[in-house]
Amino acid sequence: MTLTHSDKQPDNASLRSHIAAGEPFMLDIKAGQTVRLLDLEGNQAVDTLFYSASNPRERYDVQRTLRRQNSVYLTAGSVLYSNMGNPMLTISADTCGRHDTLGGACAQESNTVRYALNTRYMHSCRDNFLRASLHDGRLTKADISANINFFMNVPVTPEGGLTFEDGISGAGKYVELVAHMDIIILISNCPQLNNPCNGYNPTPAEILVWDQ
Amino acid sequence: MTIPAPLRTTLFEETLPGGGHTSFVLKRGQLLRLTDIEGSANVSMMLFNAHEKSERLNLPDSLKCQHTAKLTAGHCLYSDMGRVLAAIVTDTCGWSDSFGGVLNAEEVKAHYGEGRYQELRNGFFRNGVDNLLVEMGKWNMNLADLLMTLNLFSKVTIDAEGRFQFHANNSAAGDLIELYAPMDTLVVLTALQHPMDPNPQYAPKPVQLSWHQVADDGITVLCRNTRAENVRGLYNTDRIHL
Repeated sequence: MTLTHSDKQPDNASLRSHIAAGEPFMLDIKAGQTVRLLDLEGNQAVDTLFYSASNPRERYDVQRTLRRQNSVYLTAGSVLYSNMGNPMLTISADTCGRHDTLGGACAQESNTVRYALNTRYMHSCRDNFLRASLHDGRLTKADISANINFFMNVPVTPEGGLTFEDGISGAGKYVELVAHMDIIILISNCPQLNNPCNGYNPTPAEILVWDQ
Repeated sequence: MTIPAPLRTTLFEETLPGGGHTSFVLKRGQLLRLTDIEGSANVSMMLFNAHEKSERLNLPDSLKCQHTAKLTAGHCLYSDMGRVLAAIVTDTCGWSDSFGGVLNAEEVKAHYGEGRYQELRNGFFRNGVDNLLVEMGKWNMNLADLLMTLNLFSKVTIDAEGRFQFHANNSAAGDLIELYAPMDTLVVLTALQHPMDPNPQYAPKPVQLSWHQVADDGITVLCRNTRAENVRGLYNTDRIHL
């Protein structure tokens, strides 16, 4: 696993925003801007989706992205492709080295299946996605597709097993992406309390943007 | 586990030709059998709640709740609402792929070259995105509803570094997959080569489709025994029939 550091300085960032544990967050960035997602305390999952700002029906496409890079994991150098086949963003730096592309976002409904029927009324990422999307008005449920879980470790075995491992992220780990088009970023800073991945302790994240 | 066919009523049979696309409602209590006629078939599939089509196949939920990256007999195919759109009750080839997705027109041209209707008539080079969109459009759905597809009969594994390996000829002539519907499920299919299939020739394979009436829901026992999650998923599914 190769780690790639960035030379960008937080002091020069044009935007710096704290995302508390369990909160949704939506942000527009322009083509050419760089965005950094920062795992402040470690072992957090930052559930993230990307859309074209000029046509929000164009969105991150997990299957095309994985197929074109011939790898199930994302790291520095990975290009995120849209459902139209266009490059949306490239990962330019990554000090964590492993991000989940297959696990999707927790939901009230999937929690009842994964954990127990009585988790139905707990907070979830898909609640966050819907809340941010419907307030903003450009996105609806139909636009919510398979997301990236930055900093989450979900290895796939050669036998086809999917395992949820202890996180390999730590306090201060980050991933940076350069946008190739104007992008809407939709984030749920995961509130999951049932998964040992985060030690049952959702923690805050930070997002930074640089213009160049 | 193969349920002996004579115990079931066959409702209808049809051949889906290579390159073809179709869609239909598989009613609660019915079973769809897909049979690879020639071997090396691939069928890209999407599933929806027939009555509320915003409820869709969710492969991430399906994979993570069953702790598997492959889907085979004993696994359930979950919607985003925690319900089972279809249960895989039989699978003689052992693996269906969640990674590869489908190609669009530009990708098909890059793989196989130009193959226009003007010269090739109905042998023209079709692509998965267009085929699925055509079927979804018939049910008043659009691009936003085109999510991840499940590639039935295809096997793709992942090595220690995360790289994909496509396994050619995973499915032999006569291999079959059976999907049981515990709710009314809209099935959208296209029979095209898997995007990672290294064959440079455009040569999609046909599959036989047959519809069967199942006498009782004992057919889901295999899935219920595979994982406790599926007991809860099928409980959630039963609740919409209150």
